[in-house]
Amino acid sequence: METILHALRDAGRLMAALDPKLVEIVGLSLKVSLSAVVLATALALPLGAAIAVSKFRGRQTVIVILNALMGLPPVVVGLIVYLLLSRAGPLGAMGLLFTPTAMVIAQTILILPIIAALARQAVEDAWREYQEQLRSLGAGSGRAALTLVWDIRFSLLTAVLAGLGRAAAEVGAVMIVGGNIDGVTRVMTTAIALETSKGDLALALGLGIILVTLVLLLNAAAYMLKEAAQRRYG
Amino acid sequence: MGDEPMRAPVSILPLRLEEVSFIAGGRPIVDRVSLELEAGPRTIILGPNGAGKSVLMRLCHGLLAPTSGRIEWAAPERPGERRRQAMVFQRPVMLRRSAIANVEYALGLAGALAVERAQQARAALESVGLAHLAERSARVLSGGEQQRLALARAWALRPEVLFLDEPTASLDPGASVEVERIIQAIRDAGTKIVMCTHNLGQARRLGDEILFLNQGRLAERAPVERFFNAPASAEAQAFIKGELPWT
Repeated sequence: METILHALRDAGRLMAALDPKLVEIVGLSLKVSLSAVVLATALALPLGAAIAVSKFRGRQTVIVILNALMGLPPVVVGLIVYLLLSRAGPLGAMGLLFTPTAMVIAQTILILPIIAALARQAVEDAWREYQEQLRSLGAGSGRAALTLVWDIRFSLLTAVLAGLGRAAAEVGAVMIVGGNIDGVTRVMTTAIALETSKGDLALALGLGIILVTLVLLLNAAAYMLKEAAQRRYG
Repeated sequence: MGDEPMRAPVSILPLRLEEVSFIAGGRPIVDRVSLELEAGPRTIILGPNGAGKSVLMRLCHGLLAPTSGRIEWAAPERPGERRRQAMVFQRPVMLRRSAIANVEYALGLAGALAVERAQQARAALESVGLAHLAERSARVLSGGEQQRLALARAWALRPEVLFLDEPTASLDPGASVEVERIIQAIRDAGTKIVMCTHNLGQARRLGDEILFLNQGRLAERAPVERFFNAPASAEAQAFIKGELPWT
């Protein structure tokens, strides 16, 4: 108990003093995860929307796979990206392994199915409801799609926040492709893993508290956004 | 709604259906229907559940394509042009924006000038008695208010034909009366009404002629009075007899 209290006190001190090492790690975490979210969103929203409104053979299989990929284990994603980016791999020549770029790629792959699957569901529900009305009013498919996406923007934002939460909290993928190099690829989750095994509980706890707070805030924001939108727009 | 409807020179009516069928799951929902709808008389489509009323209306409105047969307007629609027909569904679908913005959206799709939309939308809301709720979010309105808003949205487009798919089926009596009044006003302003309903009283009040569908076939077409007093087909006789106690 003594140790934990000590660690908590030291963690508080680190956070209060904006310890440069701590700030650097948190900063890189946010940079990597936010980049991944931007990339994944740009790919996943059109993908999810396209699956939602199109009819093709094997559509149900695609949906099942997409939903299953939401639970993709981060270490497996890390392993695959590692194989692709390693010296002997097909993309080895680019020299991306153990860089923040590699981490962004891995997290993008990890959260793309999450955002796409949630977006697919939201768009499909809305499309079922709006389709006839929009066509009746003479909206072409492009215009109808824009109207739809704008109308469910809060649901889509929730999907994006879910992706961000997942990216910020995962450790397996960034550990494997980033290598947890001090000052280069060390992020919150990999630092926590390392510092804990080294016995530096203060830094690990401080980072843990920040991470949990961040995830909490994200979820609270997603919830409140949806609630507010529901109240305002029905 | 004072000003003259914006009319293109040639009317889109009559609408002509030739041997139109719609088959789903191997079953004919609409079965070789041929008819012509002219401007003027209010047409009510009657028939038991599953007779194909809604599907026939969707075929006419272009939301479904017939499996076989031909559907022709006197002035054919061209994609990208303003639609000269509108439809009001049983359950109104409103976008997540204000009541007036929903009407303005429809006007925008119909190619109304941006500067005129607000004024036209407000006039449409006034004519259905919703002007005081213009800024309210459409989806928080009551069922009756949303249906009136749907009518305002359709009316604002000044359609030559308005299709109504059981517009009062999910409304309470008070709201139904109001909706019937608005339908009457839309007709008085020169729009052809084509409506399906379950309510025989409503069919009498709002209709000039009845199209009676049974199992996808057009079993009878007659003026309202004759249909109710002396139905020619055995199916229509049975239907009226069976339905009357509940109207």
